[in-house]
Amino acid sequence: MTLQSREVTWNRGGKLVVDGVTLRPRPGQTIGLLGPNGSGKSSLIRLLCGAVKPTTGVVTLDDESLAALPRRTAARTIATVTQHADTVVDLTVRDIVALGRIPHRGAFGGNRTADAEAVTEALARTGLADKANELWHRLSGGERQRVHIARALAQQPRELLLDEPTNHLDIRYQLELLRLLTQLPVTTVVALHDLNLAAMFCDAVLVLKDGRAVASGPPAEVLTPALIAEVYEVDAHVTVDGSTGRPLIVFRPGA
Amino acid sequence: MTLSPTTTAPAPEHRGRARLRFLGVSAAAVAVLVASIGTAITLGPADVSLVNVRDILLNHLAGAEIPVRVAKEAIVWEDRLPRALVAAACGAGLGLCGLILQSLLRNPLADPYVLGISSGASTGAVVVAILGVGAGGLGLPGGAFIGSLVSFAVVLAIARLTGGGDDKLILAGIAVTQLFSALTSFVIFAFADSDATRGVMFWLLGSLEGVRWNGVVLCGLAALAGVVLCLLRAHVLDAFAFGDDVAASLGVHVKRERAVLITATALLTATMVSIVGAVGFVGLVLPHAARFLAGPLHLRLVPLTALIGAAFMVWVDAVSRVAFSPSPLPIGVTTALVGVPAFIAIMFRRRRTV
Repeated sequence: MTLQSREVTWNRGGKLVVDGVTLRPRPGQTIGLLGPNGSGKSSLIRLLCGAVKPTTGVVTLDDESLAALPRRTAARTIATVTQHADTVVDLTVRDIVALGRIPHRGAFGGNRTADAEAVTEALARTGLADKANELWHRLSGGERQRVHIARALAQQPRELLLDEPTNHLDIRYQLELLRLLTQLPVTTVVALHDLNLAAMFCDAVLVLKDGRAVASGPPAEVLTPALIAEVYEVDAHVTVDGSTGRPLIVFRPGA
Repeated sequence: MTLSPTTTAPAPEHRGRARLRFLGVSAAAVAVLVASIGTAITLGPADVSLVNVRDILLNHLAGAEIPVRVAKEAIVWEDRLPRALVAAACGAGLGLCGLILQSLLRNPLADPYVLGISSGASTGAVVVAILGVGAGGLGLPGGAFIGSLVSFAVVLAIARLTGGGDDKLILAGIAVTQLFSALTSFVIFAFADSDATRGVMFWLLGSLEGVRWNGVVLCGLAALAGVVLCLLRAHVLDAFAFGDDVAASLGVHVKRERAVLITATALLTATMVSIVGAVGFVGLVLPHAARFLAGPLHLRLVPLTALIGAAFMVWVDAVSRVAFSPSPLPIGVTTALVGVPAFIAIMFRRRRTV
């Protein structure tokens, strides 16, 4: 069950940006997508959310092909937070979060009470309750990121896909955001740059290089100096954090 | 910020106030529209009072038999009323076209002109009027209608061949607008005598001269269809605020919705332009006025844009008729004279708020 990919490839203009990636999260897990710039993290997320169809292989939602599902049905289960989503429209925070209710509406409206509750809860969970009437263009980068996450939460998804959601956030908000994601009763696939954050919060990580999955499993097993050297081409020292039992990665300046 | 699973009470008083405000603004807009049509009918060389207008309308619509002079009756029922109604329908329709394009292309400066639709209409009309192509069966409106669809198809083809994307669509629109304007001028320059030129030029700048009830039916139905479609698609238009990817993640079938909405825009614009000629700035400016009053969500924006657009065009036509009476001013001239300062005011306001 859940949202899975089986041997998906995406040939974008003659380049294999995703090459035979299989991802099978268990329900409720938080999966970190790791890999250097251009390794295919964002592309894999675009495949998983159904924005593009795989060239070969298949993305399935509860064992049904995602490509065969109506978009709106899929959007009731899968929410996505992309990078760089901006607008010229003078929307308030509440307006934007309410966009998350669109998949739950019929042609002539929806359940107003349920909509209002979902929006209020999403605002509260992301700490935006007192910013509900602020305009988008007055928000800081970090606040905008939280608004998008609140919008995704208002969709009340079972599967949550996030493409580098900690960008623009200071360290406190990065930690709070990832803690929230791990506490939500949803399956989360999150592309991350920071290996220590991934080690701290993810149940499992999938490491990509040149579109291919080079390693997957619990962070403690995957994030070894050898793998980091192979994938990121940097020298790293990995210890175990005594208080959490999680890997702790220290980078060494290159020669 | 605390990212916690606690919830706080919603703010119902805020939402209630917003709804009340919207209802108030809508009611006012309806009243202004009705008053505008009524007043516009009284304006002009022949003296007609509001009481006359009321009596004539009652005679025709409610079967009353109030004595009114035949000349006044003819002026109101055969000329000024259909004219005002066509103006209202065109204003509503062109306003909605601008609204759809601004939302879909995420560009506050988009309007039917941007996609080359209006310039194609001009070329089509000129080809029929001056070259006499299909003049018998087609007529000027038919030529304008076909011309606008052709220019729009060319815009889509260029945008697709160059890789797609909203920026490509707008650039293709600019190129095609220039191309069809040049074609129009070429046909006029090469083939028209001075009489034909004057007739066509007037039409190119927009005119409601000689509009009758069949025009009212056509424009009215087109505008109504536009309003209904936009209301049914209000949430889809909202979802495009953050671009195609976010819209897709909200369950919008992006390609299909885009195709439906842009085709509808082209058909609606082509219909309006085929009746009244090329009228600019209505689609560009009026959605901004409506946003100022109703906020950015389309369920409110759509009806208000239509109402404001209708009232605006009624006044534009009335002013055009009266200002240099007895010779009428092309309405495209009036919309530009009013529209450009309004447009600059919008840009000024945006600059201050950002």
